Parts: sequence; C-alpha cells; structure tokens
Amino acid sequence: MTLIRSLSLRLLAATAGLFALPAARADWAVNLPPGVTEISRQIYDLHMLVFWVCVVIAVLVFGAITYALVAFRRREGVKPATWNHSTAAEIIWTVIPVFILVALALPAARTLVFIEDTRGSELTVKITGYQWKWNYEYVDRDYSFYSNLARTSNVARQMDSGVDPFSVENYLLEVDRPLVIPAGVKIRYLITSSDVNHSWWVQAFGVKRDAIPGYINDGWFQVDEPGTYRGQCAELCGKDHGFMPIVVEVLPKDEFEAWLTAQKAGTQAATAAPATGTTGG
Amino acid sequence: MSATTHAHDHSHDHDHGPPKGLMRWVTTTNHKDIGTLYLLFALVMLFVGGGMALVIRAELFEPGIQFVNPDFFNQMTTIHALIMVFGMIMPAFAGFANWMIPMMIGSPDMALPRLNNWSFWLLPFAGTMLLATIFMPGGGPAAGWTLYPPLSLQGGNSFPFTIFSIHLLGVSSIMASINIIVTIMNMRAPGMTLMKMPLFVWTWLITAYLLIGAMPVLAGGVTMLLTDQFFGTSFFLAAGGGDPVLFQHIFWFFGHPEVYIIILPAFGIISQIIPTFSRKPLFGYDSMVYATASIGFLSYIVWAHHMFTVGMPLAGEMFFMLSTMLIAIPTGVKIFNWLSTMWQGSLTFETPMLFAVGFLFMFSIGGFTGLMMAVAPVDFQYHDTYFIVAHFHYVLVPGALFAALGGAYYWLPKWTGHMYDETLGKWHFWLSTIFVNLLFFPQHFLGLAGMPRRIPDYATQFADWNMWSSIGGFGFGLSQLLFVWVVIKCARGGARATDKVWDQPNGLEWTVPSPAPYHTFERAPEVR
Repeated sequence: MTLIRSLSLRLLAATAGLFALPAARADWAVNLPPGVTEISRQIYDLHMLVFWVCVVIAVLVFGAITYALVAFRRREGVKPATWNHSTAAEIIWTVIPVFILVALALPAARTLVFIEDTRGSELTVKITGYQWKWNYEYVDRDYSFYSNLARTSNVARQMDSGVDPFSVENYLLEVDRPLVIPAGVKIRYLITSSDVNHSWWVQAFGVKRDAIPGYINDGWFQVDEPGTYRGQCAELCGKDHGFMPIVVEVLPKDEFEAWLTAQKAGTQAATAAPATGTTGG
Repeated sequence: MSATTHAHDHSHDHDHGPPKGLMRWVTTTNHKDIGTLYLLFALVMLFVGGGMALVIRAELFEPGIQFVNPDFFNQMTTIHALIMVFGMIMPAFAGFANWMIPMMIGSPDMALPRLNNWSFWLLPFAGTMLLATIFMPGGGPAAGWTLYPPLSLQGGNSFPFTIFSIHLLGVSSIMASINIIVTIMNMRAPGMTLMKMPLFVWTWLITAYLLIGAMPVLAGGVTMLLTDQFFGTSFFLAAGGGDPVLFQHIFWFFGHPEVYIIILPAFGIISQIIPTFSRKPLFGYDSMVYATASIGFLSYIVWAHHMFTVGMPLAGEMFFMLSTMLIAIPTGVKIFNWLSTMWQGSLTFETPMLFAVGFLFMFSIGGFTGLMMAVAPVDFQYHDTYFIVAHFHYVLVPGALFAALGGAYYWLPKWTGHMYDETLGKWHFWLSTIFVNLLFFPQHFLGLAGMPRRIPDYATQFADWNMWSSIGGFGFGLSQLLFVWVVIKCARGGARATDKVWDQPNGLEWTVPSPAPYHTFERAPEVR
C-alpha cells in the first residue's frame, strides 16, 4: 500500500511539474543528434535517409489502409468483391522493395567500410571495462588511469539518499577522471574487458563497441572540436551497469601534450614518494 | 486416460463428457481442454510478467532509485522477458494451435494426445521454478534474458534452476511442435490438401519446424553455460581458452528464429480474422504461404544482426546487414496482401477486426524500426538503447499480443457458446491501443536521445519521456483487467452464439456447433 500511495503521490507531483516547468526539467529530445565526428555525421545522414524512406512508405501504406477502412465499410446493397489475387500487383510489390533496399544498402555499405578503416591513426588508447569503471591506457605513452562515477552522482543515486537528481550537475554522466584526448587527431582505440562484457558508447562520436574478455576489439574516431562529451556503458554488466559513465575531454593538441606530461610527472612523483620512506600511510 | 479412450468407443450420437473436477484437467488428453489450459496459463503469466514490467516502469518513473535496488531491477528485466516469451506468448499461441488446428483440418484431436498433456503440464512446473528463483539467496537471474556469459556465470543459487527451467520450457515446446507437425501432416480430412489449409495452420506448421530447429540450439548453449559453471569446462571463459562471443552466436542462432516463432502464428491469426470481417477471401493465399516460408528460412541466416557491436569482421557485418534487409520483402508482401484483402470488401469492425487493424498499423511501425536497425552502421547508435526496446515491444505487444487478443475474441464464441460483450471488447481495444502507444512510442525518443536499456536509473534529460512511458505502462496493464472480465463474463453466459458466429467466416471450425462439443470430427468431414 505504501508503495502504491507513494507512487501515486509522485505521479501527481511529477505530472504537475511536467506541465508547470517543462523547460526546467529536460529537453524532450526526439531524434538522434548528429554528433561531432565524421563517423557520427555519416551515421546521422544514413539514419535520416532510412527514416524518411520509412516515413514515405508509411504514409503510402497507412494511407491506403485508412482509405480502405473508410471506403469499404459495409453498406447496404454493396456486395464485396470476390477476387483474391493479382499476379501483376504481387510482382510489383515484391520487386519495388528490392530497389529500395539496394538504394539503402549502398550508402550503408560505404559508411560501414569507412567506420572499419582504422589505418593512419596517431594515438592509440586502450580501453578496459571493469565492474564498474573504465581504465584508459595511452599505449605508446606509458600512462593509464581509472575513471569512476563522480562522487556527487554516486551519493545521489543511493536509495533514500534524499538528494534530488535534478540538483546534481550531469547526474550519472560525470566521472572523477575523464578520458583526455587531443582534437583533430585520428585516435585508434583498443577495447577489452577484465571481467564481463561491457560496451563503450559515446553517442556524439558514433562509437559503440563491446568490451569482451579475451577479445581486443578496435576502432577509431577523430574529434575536431574541443569540448566535453558524455556516454555510458551500453552492455548489461551487473548491478551497477547504469553507473559507469564515460566522459571524454577533447583538448587542443598542445594542451593535451601539456596535460599528459603533467599527469606523468604527477604519477612518477606519487610512485616515487613511498620509495623514499618518508610518507607514512 | 481410460475415460477418453472409452469416449472413442462409444458411438458419437451422445456427447460423452470428460471426468469431473481437477483430475479432468490433470489427466486430459483432449485438444480442447489442453488448449484451454495453455490459454489460461498464458493469461496468468501475462499478469505475472506484466507485474514485473510495472515494477520496472515504477522505478523508471523518475530519475533516482526509489523502489528497488539495481540488482533486483535486473532480476525484473530478466525474468519479465523470460516469462513473457516462454511463459506467456508461446503458450498462448500453443493454446490456439491446440484448440484450432484439429478443428481447422477436420481432425478429431491432435495426433499425439498424451504427449500433448505432458507438453502442457511441464509448463507450470518450469514457470514456478523460474519464479521461485526470485526468493532464493542471491535472488533470481539478473544477467538479462539473453544470459550472456561471463555475467550470467556470476549468478548465484538461482543459476542452475534458471537453466533447468529453460530446458523444461524447451522440451515442452519441442514436444508441442512435433505434435503439431505430425497432426498437420497426417490428420487432415480427405480433400484438405496442404494448399487448402487455413493460413493459421500453415504458419504454425512453419513455426513448429522453426522450434524444432532452434530450441535444441538454445538447450545446447545453456547446457554449456551449466558445465562452465559446475563441471570445469571453458566453452565461454576466455581465461580457459573459451570464447564469450560464441555464446552470443549460439543464443541468437536460436534467438532470431524465436522472433518468428512468436510472430508467425500471429500472422496466421490475422490472416483468419481479416477475410472474415472483410467478407472477401484472403488475397494472395499462395504468396502468403511462400512469404511465410521465406521468412522462416531467412530467420536462420540473420542472427548476428543482434551482435553488430561485438566486433565482427567487415564481411560478416555486410552479410548480416544485407540478409536482414531482405526480410522486409516477404513481410511487406504480407502487409500488402492483408490490405488487398480489405480492398473492395465489406468491412465491419467487431473487436477481433479492431485488434487485427491495430496489428496492421503497429506491427508495421515495429517493422519500420526493424529496417532502420538492419542498417549496421546506424545500429551502432541504436544497439542496446531504448530504441530497440521500443522496436521489439512494438512487434511483441501491439504485434503478437494484439493478434492473440484478437484471436481470443474471434474464437471465444466458438469456445464458450456465448457472444462476448462487444462494448467491453471495444473499450478494451481502444484503451489498450492508446496506452500501448503512450507506453512504447516515447521509448523511441529515449533511445535516440541516448538512453541505454537495462538501467535502473538515468540522467535527468530522459525524465520526461520516461514518465509518460510509465503512465502508459500502468494504463496498459490495468486495461488488460478488462479482458479478464470479458472472458469471465463470456464463459458464464451471454447471447447464444450461432454455429457460424460471424457473417461469412471461412473454415471447418464454423461448421461444428457452438460451443464446440468435446469431440469434433470423429467422422472426417468432406473437403471440396
């Protein structure tokens, strides 16, 4: 009973909020965003192409069905027809879809080939999925770190935390240490997992690739516009599957180099420190 | 057992009734009784699985964790799917098959009546065992109904019970399929050639072959999971030299035919309903049969489109993209044939026809999103998001479930001898249609905006559509109570149904009295 009462109260409050402050709550997004990479833009174009093809077919077919529903209702004195096949019509509606499918398959195949071409990359990042965090390793640069759900989100997501998710900035989409990459550089990623299957998905890049133990999958992306991009694990990986977000910070190339140098210096200092024996734990 | 055997010995000038009480249902070998059992079991499971769906929708009503912890949430998504697929929709269509196939082909019963009894009675035990896992230490299975290792191998005490339950459900399906094939091949009335069979019988014949092909593959896959967990094998464990992706191939080699196992009988029911209420024969019977067979064939060569993101070679992605797109052709043929059946007909819109027309529109929406997802590069964005959740719920709920509901309204008068309450039936249809769209249409938007599936909590930009979806979910769930009321009311009384029930129905089932006597076609009818 308490569950039902609590639910109906929430329903009431939330529905009221829905009408009162639509802008404050969310953005009512209905479509795939075009994203920021060449891959994501090509995918977006394909998506819109297939979508409009479907819309045109839907308008024709649903229009014809609706016409039939209205025009051929039972009426006094009108006898139903008795014909039950038409070879010509059947050939037409078998052959026309073939041409439509070929027209869709050609650009789709082209994009697929483009996406799978990892040649000519300048930087390799190895992504490893863990329950429930990511590890990023700059393979040629000898530097790696873990990326966890940010504390603010982690506190708010607990049951009865008393924290309103709307008050947390980037709720569930913030990490303690984002992946940092240079802008305008073709980046090849290697992806694997240390425990169960995960999937690394940054929608703005058009990249979703499964992290599977025993496999090293690869792919690439190139982001030209510096900025912060967010994604999530897309393959069910256990109880905290919903709580291992991805944040990628894209820096101009020189800033990235400076960042990496500083990080490596910091790591060396940190690993060197215990060796001196002066810092106790 | 002896009671039914005796019934055959008697002359059929009086209707020898079944034994009374509970034992009638436990020991029955009558196809009508077993059909009823299947249908009632499916109805109960609709509410069990639906209850779990409502737990999911309640938790997703707002961002933040309100009602259930993430692990229990995962149990709900997993068991909801298993129950709805294996416990609800497949038994529902098996119920229609049991009731209607013998009556449609002029056979006195199924060919293997005792096997029939067993295939049904495995279900309640398998279902109960699956549901009981929720109360075990560590809870029920939580790795998704796809049971992907290594995650599924992290399951606790429930793991072997889940596997055993799937085995039992599979054995039940295989036996039911064998029975259906043997019945259709051997028990047709003289003159009932294959190409004269009602389309429902055809779709079930092909479905039964799909089941026999696919179910053992699933059984093999889950057995390998079991030995990986308990007997030291490493089929799917990378650390032991195994391959986690192998399971996905095995699972979807079963899983894609399974999709058509669910939808082909639905096509069959729709192909019975539309001609009746159009008062015009089914358009393109032959091409319907060929389209069904092509879909059956294609279903075996498209499985890896469920796995575009696992990192297949380019050639593999190409092949599965193109083969998947081909399915649009026979499916399109079916939609066009149904449309042509209505063309220049004389249409009325009783409840079965409403569900059939609703099916036409909403199943097509699921078909369109299916075509969109066939395009591999775009699927990289759709995969594992709410877009696919919306897609398969459109084909399963306003698709398969609406066909089953339409079929139930269509044949209820034949089963019970009473007309159902037409007003309540229409209310049921319209409420279901409004709420099912409110429930699932916004999920397209959520997926495109970037919400992954199988998450108990989400970023705040997904809040609005989730709320609408949850409202739709509760509305849809409550609307189904109306159906239960209609069925109870119809079983207990109502206007007497004529033998033909409808204006101009086609088929042998309308030549027997309403309600259909316990034994029909003890003497084979003449089919011209």
